[in-house]
Amino acid sequence: MKSKLLAVGGTVAIAAAALTGCSAGESSATECTNKIVNADATQVSVWAWYPSFEEVVDLFNESHDDVQICWTNAGQGNDEYTKFSTALEAGSGAPDVIMLESEVLSSFSIRDGLVDLTEFGANDVKGDYTEGAWKDVSSGAAVYAIPVDGGPMGMLYRQDILDEYGITAPTTWDEFAAAAQTLKDAGAPGVLADFPTNGRAYNQALFAQAGSVPFEYDNANPTEIGIDVNDEGSKKVNAYWNDLVSKGLVATDDAFTADYNTKLVDGSYAIYVAAAWGPGYLGGLSDADSDAVWRAAPVPQWDPANPVQINWGGSTFAVTSQAKDKEAAAVVAKEVFGTEEAWKIGIEKAALFPLWKPILESDYFRDLEYPFFGGQQINKDVFLDAAAGYTGFTFSPFQNYAYDQLTEQLYAMTQGEKDSDQALDDLQASLEAYAGEQGFTLK
Amino acid sequence: MADHEASAHLFTTDRLDEETSMTTQTTAGPQPVATRRTSAPRSRGSRLERRRQRWGWLFVSPFLAVFALFLVFPLFYAFGMSLFTSTLATGTKFTGLGNYAKAFTDPLFLEGLLRVAAFAIVMIPAQLIVALAAALVLDSLTSWLSKLSRLLIFVPYAIPVVIGALMWSFLYSPKFGPSATLFTAVGLPTPDFLASDTVFGSLVNIVTWQWSGYYMVVIYAALRSIDPSIYEAARIDGANGWQTATRIKLPMISSSMVMVITFALIGTLQFFTEPVVLRNIAQGAIDAAYTPNMYAYSLAFSYSQFNYASAIAFSLGALVFAGSYLFLFLTRKQSGLK
Repeated sequence: MKSKLLAVGGTVAIAAAALTGCSAGESSATECTNKIVNADATQVSVWAWYPSFEEVVDLFNESHDDVQICWTNAGQGNDEYTKFSTALEAGSGAPDVIMLESEVLSSFSIRDGLVDLTEFGANDVKGDYTEGAWKDVSSGAAVYAIPVDGGPMGMLYRQDILDEYGITAPTTWDEFAAAAQTLKDAGAPGVLADFPTNGRAYNQALFAQAGSVPFEYDNANPTEIGIDVNDEGSKKVNAYWNDLVSKGLVATDDAFTADYNTKLVDGSYAIYVAAAWGPGYLGGLSDADSDAVWRAAPVPQWDPANPVQINWGGSTFAVTSQAKDKEAAAVVAKEVFGTEEAWKIGIEKAALFPLWKPILESDYFRDLEYPFFGGQQINKDVFLDAAAGYTGFTFSPFQNYAYDQLTEQLYAMTQGEKDSDQALDDLQASLEAYAGEQGFTLK
Repeated sequence: MADHEASAHLFTTDRLDEETSMTTQTTAGPQPVATRRTSAPRSRGSRLERRRQRWGWLFVSPFLAVFALFLVFPLFYAFGMSLFTSTLATGTKFTGLGNYAKAFTDPLFLEGLLRVAAFAIVMIPAQLIVALAAALVLDSLTSWLSKLSRLLIFVPYAIPVVIGALMWSFLYSPKFGPSATLFTAVGLPTPDFLASDTVFGSLVNIVTWQWSGYYMVVIYAALRSIDPSIYEAARIDGANGWQTATRIKLPMISSSMVMVITFALIGTLQFFTEPVVLRNIAQGAIDAAYTPNMYAYSLAFSYSQFNYASAIAFSLGALVFAGSYLFLFLTRKQSGLK
């Protein structure tokens, strides 16, 4: 009897976890990590995982008499989204303001989890952000979050390794492939770069550089979606990488694993095609090669005459539908990273790439010298152009599913189970089927 | 586990009672006296028993309250959820058993079930053989070394499953693990333990490593409870060590073996933690629906399909229940349950 009950009990552990999950969410929403300066003011609970965020919170609280931030770190990325998702399902337990990557905004707005900020003065600060950054947080006329940091992409490379093999930093993908071949022919211990099949937003950004627009989606018409993941551009990029993989010119390690992290910094990869937050990420890794000489350059191009800039990652502040005082919550979302002081903390201590124009376009940021790159002014050289050239991206309201499917198809491709076109055709078919199952009509 | 032992104990005490009452009856003389003697204490005993039962319920009630709140209520709640269907675009509506019909035609769920069935076929015998061999060897040794070995074989079970899986993920790693050093030392190419065709074996290895020690302790305890005079009798009859092990020890611990297999079966059908941990480093080889439990988890927490996830969880629960019931029914002779 006992074992039978255990058997049944085990399978509902998931449901039980969902229940305890929401009660945990509720308690953490009321506990602040920071000190409240003005106890009488309206408190706004915030979930965020930025490094050194506590100083930014203190700065906000000291400069606001009417609103105070009560901050909690509810986990990074999917850990936080899981809690938020459970709180939405339970109907309580979500914070007032939440840090979300722009890629998941649609996934939460379609579940009525986020407030349209146009009612709360979002358009007043629209002028402070680049076009691409603003497009990432809006859907049609609605604005679901205020942008904070972005991930314009560049190429970080090991000057010392490339010099050793007589390779100049590639500026086009053709040169990139040739460099990979040179490195292999010379019998180098490492490879030129990695092609992670679980790169998710990274792989999508590479496709986007060749003109891929995977999703067409507008919250004004939430039951209609356009899916196009197997267009010519994506197929070209995918065939290119599959060719490098099959010739053994690039590695296929999963991204963000211990192996991958070590290989990033020990010279196993000579080039790290990265977002602007990449230098900060590299800086946080141990086992670095002590001889490493890192430099940054623009991301390689398909057509150097018409360069296309891409973005990988980036986060925002959104107001949740469970916010008690939405007006006050919107003030927090708009103003927490709305000062130069706050941004200096974000840039210097948390290695964030600002999307807020007053700092993005300042001389301070343009001329900043990075010791990690031997004093190179990487913003001036690489990332400011990349950010200015980025025109925005539309994600699907089931982005997690789309990414999981992308990973499966790319993995099957690198295992030689299917060719690169077939992988994308199969991805298209699975996403269309899923969208249909979820009640969407296809455009 | 406790249940099986308790029923076995009950069974033996019943028999003892029968025997003693029979002896009392035969020695106490005429039948009427015996009836009078047994009926009087029975009525007194039932009043006493009822009073005792009241205390019993009082002591059990805190558990029952927690049980109802954290198991029975969530069960009903989850079952209720599974009767609705929610889609991203069209909202939630009542669909009765529609989710269950969908689950049993869902290729991802069925593939997951086939996969755990394959795991059961490979993993349960592997664990059992290791556990049984270790227990039999330790049972016939009586030095201090056997105590130490017993402890060492049990150690993997004492390590939390997540930590164990994490540890193995490092051992399998071509970058950190010892495998690259070992294989290059003997001149062989280093295998990729986390490719789609090798990850099955890698998982079997982790689970066998983790659980064999635990099952060994259960089997060993059963072996220790065998009366040594039986071995003496066997020795006098000329049985050697192998014959003692296969003809006496094995049949006498069959109920423990059934119990161990039942645990392993339930654990395997609910396979979750190890593949989830390994998925962090091998997302391609271990997909989001690798086992039914992982599928339910992904549905609920990655894809926000709580209703369908509940239906998958209940379907799996029903299959686990049916599987373990069927197994216990088929082995009812060996387990001593009738």
